[in-house]
Amino acid sequence: FLGAGGGNDIQWCFSQVKGAVDDDVAEADIISTVEFNHSGELLATGDKGGRVVIFQQEQENKTQSHSRGEYNVYSTFQSHEPEFDYLKSLEIEEKINKIRWLPQKNAAQFLLSTNDKTIKLWKISERDKRPEGYNLKEEDGRYRDPTTVTTLRVPVFRPMDLMVEASPRRIFANAHTYHINSISINSDYETYLSADDLRINLWHLEITDRSFNIVDIKPANMEELTEVITAAEFHPNSCSTFVYSSSKGTIRLCDMRASALCDRHSKLFEEPEDPSNRSFFSEIISSISDVKFSHSGRYMMTRDYLSVKIWDLNMENRPVETYQVHEYLRSKLCSLYENDCIFDKFECCWNGSDRQVEFLSLFASALSNIVMTGSYNNFFRMFDRNTKRDITLEASRENNKPRTVLKPRKVCASGKRKKDEISVDSLDFNKKILHTAWHPKENIIAVATTNNLYIFQDKMN
Amino acid sequence: MFVRGLKRKCFDGEEDIEGTLAGIKAIPSYNLQRQSLLDMSLVKLQLCHMLVEPNLCRSVLIANTVRQIQEEMTQDGTWQMINTQSTGQASLDRLVSTDILCRSSRDQAEGKHVPAYGTFNKDFESDQAQDSSETMSAASSVQAPRNLQSSVWEMENPQENKGNFQKSLDQIFETLENKSPNAVEDLFSEVDNSYYDLDTMLTGMMSSTKMGHCDSLESFSSPTNTASNSNCKSDLNDLDHIVEILVES
Repeated sequence: FLGAGGGNDIQWCFSQVKGAVDDDVAEADIISTVEFNHSGELLATGDKGGRVVIFQQEQENKTQSHSRGEYNVYSTFQSHEPEFDYLKSLEIEEKINKIRWLPQKNAAQFLLSTNDKTIKLWKISERDKRPEGYNLKEEDGRYRDPTTVTTLRVPVFRPMDLMVEASPRRIFANAHTYHINSISINSDYETYLSADDLRINLWHLEITDRSFNIVDIKPANMEELTEVITAAEFHPNSCSTFVYSSSKGTIRLCDMRASALCDRHSKLFEEPEDPSNRSFFSEIISSISDVKFSHSGRYMMTRDYLSVKIWDLNMENRPVETYQVHEYLRSKLCSLYENDCIFDKFECCWNGSDRQVEFLSLFASALSNIVMTGSYNNFFRMFDRNTKRDITLEASRENNKPRTVLKPRKVCASGKRKKDEISVDSLDFNKKILHTAWHPKENIIAVATTNNLYIFQDKMN
Repeated sequence: MFVRGLKRKCFDGEEDIEGTLAGIKAIPSYNLQRQSLLDMSLVKLQLCHMLVEPNLCRSVLIANTVRQIQEEMTQDGTWQMINTQSTGQASLDRLVSTDILCRSSRDQAEGKHVPAYGTFNKDFESDQAQDSSETMSAASSVQAPRNLQSSVWEMENPQENKGNFQKSLDQIFETLENKSPNAVEDLFSEVDNSYYDLDTMLTGMMSSTKMGHCDSLESFSSPTNTASNSNCKSDLNDLDHIVEILVES
């Protein structure tokens, strides 16, 4: 296992946990998305109640060189409110489906957050000074009688307690008939895409009253609908290239230079079905719930119900690597179909990259070498592409001591259960880890259980 | 009662009513499991329909599963074994009472460690007498998703929605790519209205008229034609009321 010691294996330790302790989970507190910003200093979460909470990493304390800075609440704001679509008599949920950070250009931070229908650009800025000494205003804000002013002075900035303000700068609305599942910022940092079940739109960050439809898979007759878009992402380096995944387990790569409407893919990635594993559930478990490019853009990773697959963009007919997340669930698919767990959408992520080293393309393929994804029972899994080793860890308050190395977990699929193993039937399917994130530069990970956010770090020596 | 590690016999394309003893023991199990899955899927689709904003991906995946089952049943000839009397068009907005089935299939899947849908292949032998009751329910319940598909996925376009609700059955059935178009009429004969009692579905109570698949399981050792459901019809006014509710949503 990773973390079993030796070599370059990472040993993960508990660092922090955020969120309510009690088992009674308030619906609004259910975490629906987790995302580090480009520097890793900020960590944003979105929840079902439409709120965004941003944590900031403390600057490293020289005296505490054995651990990296802790994450503390930096800003909390209500991003989306529930709405009602009067035309269709349908509620629009305020749940935040995705958050994506823009790279920082000035003192303020910007992020995009989206619910099912509307994307918003938020500006998060700090205020730690305020002007004092106005001539016409008292300190409490009341206006002075001008006739009482006998001398003039220049107001000066005085320090104040840090205030973090979030303000919506753009609202991108009314462009999606179906539910938005993805947003992705282009490498030009000027445009971004938003994808719903049937369409993908291209936006300019400055323009809210117009978007371009670049993919439309809605059939003329809705009864012929058999496939929907499940995720989409821009290529990290090529600003005209993006991919989108489908509920049938395919990924299409499109080039926007080819035509205005990317109806015809440039590449179609699909693995032929394994006939020995065929069942009525084959299609459902092949549905891709997440797609992520590697840092170099040479590979992409997809997550379906039971596995994580790594694709080489140069090879369309099958993935180059496949990792089984929880193969022991294959014999339980009927139950998982019945209780709807089979429709859970797990995300996946790559480890961080050292951007300086990335320029040496020799090493590019070695950089995106660990993938992480969640499972049930608050377990999450990591796969090391180089060593081919994998590990199962648990996000639980029982491992609460900082710098305690997490103990690897093992699920016993069948037969005699060894000590410390957990049998498949004892797994808690209500405790699912759908969202995980990896710090862009360091070995710090954020793992979201239903309503708690866990932060783990590697053990620094 | 569900045998583990079933080996299914090749279906040679002929309607072999007798079958072998092993065949009779093995087949109902698979058929019933498949039927349970079909019914469970239809319930899920209907519950989708009743939600405020159905998850389109989930609905599509479930509908595709239903379609797969129907295609397999068509290939196996199960589909075409329904008798050919046509009693006219059935209402397009049926609800299927299948909570009992969900329960039994769950018990089966969890209690018996049977990978119910994991390893079947397409060939199997069918027993007409045994299957007729099941196929009737399959037939009568399958019409629901056609319309549900259109209504679930058209929820975003209420104008289209209202128009499509009353689509002709032939149009709807084209999407199934049914191999025998005449089966469309065949399917809606002998419809068992007791399946479509809203109360039964919502409360999950097995009505006395409902031939649950539990019944057939318990009685499969003595295969009788349990297609006596036609005796018990629910109140058609209830159905109209249900249709109204669905249309309004």
